[in-house]
Amino acid sequence: MNITQILFWILSVLTLGGAIMVITSKNVIHSILFLIITFFAISGHYVLLNAQFLAIVNIIVYAGAIMVLFLFVVMLMNLNSAAEPQRNKYLLYGGTIAGSSLLLVLVAALKQSADTSQLVQMKTGDIGLVSNLGKALFTNYVFPFEISSVLFLSAMVGAVIISKQER
Amino acid sequence: MEISNYIILATALFAIGVIGVLTRRNSIIIFMCVELMLNAANLLLVAFSQMHNLRLGKYYPTLASDAQIFVFFSMVVAAAEVSVGLAIIVMLYRNTRSVDVNFLNRLKN
Repeated sequence: MNITQILFWILSVLTLGGAIMVITSKNVIHSILFLIITFFAISGHYVLLNAQFLAIVNIIVYAGAIMVLFLFVVMLMNLNSAAEPQRNKYLLYGGTIAGSSLLLVLVAALKQSADTSQLVQMKTGDIGLVSNLGKALFTNYVFPFEISSVLFLSAMVGAVIISKQER
Repeated sequence: MEISNYIILATALFAIGVIGVLTRRNSIIIFMCVELMLNAANLLLVAFSQMHNLRLGKYYPTLASDAQIFVFFSMVVAAAEVSVGLAIIVMLYRNTRSVDVNFLNRLKN
């Protein structure tokens, strides 16, 4: 077991443990902080796969922007002490069983497929570097890139219109 | 590292997100679980891109960077989605003084 595999298992445990703590913790603030841990672990996976651009973008966009937005909204609404009212026990068990069945079915279906033992390129390869992805983004994908700015503009206008206090 | 490890990891992450959406009633946590599922799909896309780059990168050098650009655009869409979704949650809180999705039955009667 070399250092890459050890890092993979540590990051996997961190990812799944953080994700489980997100859905089990009572406090919303704690959920958000565990989700930040999960996102950092996923960024670690991207670094391990040598997708450096996506690792940085994941930290900036998810752990930086989106999670701060979540924390801001939760603290704005002063929800951090409000416990969830009347959790339905049957809903809890039913949801857990349904999600576990989904996991079981997906894993069992993938066991049947032929080439699950193909190797993944780790720590090498230069497709995930910023220069290569930047070249691809500004040559082949320049039109979707510009369209995404229009998407951001519409999202911004939409957020302002939705949360505007009507008189 | 074999691809099956990544497949199982991403599937488990996705299933945890599904369980969170089904069991929790707080709309902010449900929203966070949706983000978790999105990230599971992104992680699997990157793992598959590196897998194909190892096998076919000699013949198609731009094959794998296409997948990573796809992940980049999915992150862009996620950022836009979060801003609008949180605005909707703030609106919900302002109308019902709660973020519980059980109170979202106003359209029923």
